[in-house]
Amino acid sequence: MAAEHELSATSYIQHHLSFDVQSVGDNAFWALHVDSLVTGAILGIVATALLWWVVRGATAGVPNKRQAFVELLFDFVDDQVKGMFHGKRQFIAPTALTVFVWVLLMNAMDLLPVDIMAWIMKHVFQQDEFRLVSTADVNTTFALSLSVLLMSIYFAIAVKGLGGWIHELFCAPFGKHPLLWPLNFLFNLVEYVSKPLSHSLRLYGNIYAGEIIFLLLWLWAATGVSGVFFSAILGLGWSLFDAFIAVLQAYIFMMLTIVYISMAHESH
Amino acid sequence: MNINLTLIAQSISFALFILFTVKFVWPPLMKAIEDRQKQIADGLAAGERGKQQLEASGRRANEEIGKARERAAEIVAHAEQRATQMIEAAKGAAKEEGNREKAAAKAEIEQEASRAREALREQVAALVVSGAEKILQREVNAQAHADLLTQLKQEL
Repeated sequence: MAAEHELSATSYIQHHLSFDVQSVGDNAFWALHVDSLVTGAILGIVATALLWWVVRGATAGVPNKRQAFVELLFDFVDDQVKGMFHGKRQFIAPTALTVFVWVLLMNAMDLLPVDIMAWIMKHVFQQDEFRLVSTADVNTTFALSLSVLLMSIYFAIAVKGLGGWIHELFCAPFGKHPLLWPLNFLFNLVEYVSKPLSHSLRLYGNIYAGEIIFLLLWLWAATGVSGVFFSAILGLGWSLFDAFIAVLQAYIFMMLTIVYISMAHESH
Repeated sequence: MNINLTLIAQSISFALFILFTVKFVWPPLMKAIEDRQKQIADGLAAGERGKQQLEASGRRANEEIGKARERAAEIVAHAEQRATQMIEAAKGAAKEEGNREKAAAKAEIEQEASRAREALREQVAALVVSGAEKILQREVNAQAHADLLTQLKQEL
C-alpha cells in the first residue's frame, strides 16, 4: 500500500503527517495549511449547504426522510443545549449544531483510507502532500476553541456588561476583599487559558492518535502477506473504534462549546 | 504542531459557518418543527374534546331514550285504557241495539199476527155467510143482513 514512496517507516509516517504548507510571509507564523483549510471549508460548505437545502424544503406537515433525519439532529442538539442553557437559544443552539456537524465530518475524514486518498491527491489533484483530517491539525482545533473562547467572553460582557465582567475577573470565585484580587485574577486567567487549551488539545490529540494508529497498521501491512491479513482485520476494528471516537469527540467538543458559552451567561 | 495563519483562517471559516447556520439553517427548520408540535398538540386537544363530546352526547342519547321509553309506556297504558273503554262502550251500544231490534221484531210479529187474525176472521165470516146461504138455499141479502154479518165478524 505504501509502495509509491521510497520507504522507511519514518518517511512514510512523516509523509502522511506533513501539511501542504503555503508560506505567505517571512516567518513561520505567516503560513497556511492549505489542506486543512480546503478540506475544512469543503466539508463545512457541504454540510451547511445540505442542511440549508433540506431546511428550505421543510414543512410542518409530514416530513420526508431527509427532513426527519435533519430534525433528529436538530432535536438532539437542541435537547443538549436545553439541558445546560436556560435562555434564548437562537444563537447558541445553531452554533452547537455547526460545531457538531463540522467537527464530526472533519473527524470522519480519518476513516478514509490514507494511502488511497494520497494516491488520488497525487494523481488527480497533483498534491503531493495533503492531509485530509483537519481536526488533526492543531490550528483547526485552536481556531475552534479560541472562537468559542471569544464567544464566551463576548457573551459574558454582553450579559454582565464590561464592568460586571471585569468585576467578576477580580472578585470571583474567592471573594471581594482587595487582597484577594490578584488571586482571583490569576485563577480566572488560568481558567481562561486552560479552557481553550484542553478544549482544542483533547480533540486534536484523539484524532491525531487515531490517525497514527492507522498509519502504524498500514506500516505493518507493508511487511508481507500476514501483515496485510492482520492489519486488515485490526484496521477494520480500529475503523469501527475510530468512528466511535469521531462521533464521541465531536459530541464532547459540542458539549464543551455549549458549557463554556452558557457558563459565560451565569454570574457568580 | 506548529501554529500559523491557518488558525485565523479556520476561525474565519468557522465564524462564517456559524453565521450561516444561525441565519439560514436553524430558524426555518425550528419553525417547521414548532409548527408541527403545535399541530400535534392541537390535534390531541381536538381529539380529547371530541371524546368528551362523544361521552356527553352518549349520556344525552341515553337520557332521551329513557324518556322516550317512559313516554311509550305511558302511551301504551293510555291506549289500553282507551281500548277497554271503547270495548265497554261498544258492548253497551250493541246490547241496546239488540234490545231495540228485538222490540221492533216483537212489534212486527204482533202486527203480522193481528193482520193474519183479521184476514182469518174475514175468511171465516165469508165461509160462514156462504155456509148460511147454502143452508138457506137462497141468496142472503147482504145489504139486509149487513148488520148481522158485521156483528158476527166481531164475535169471531
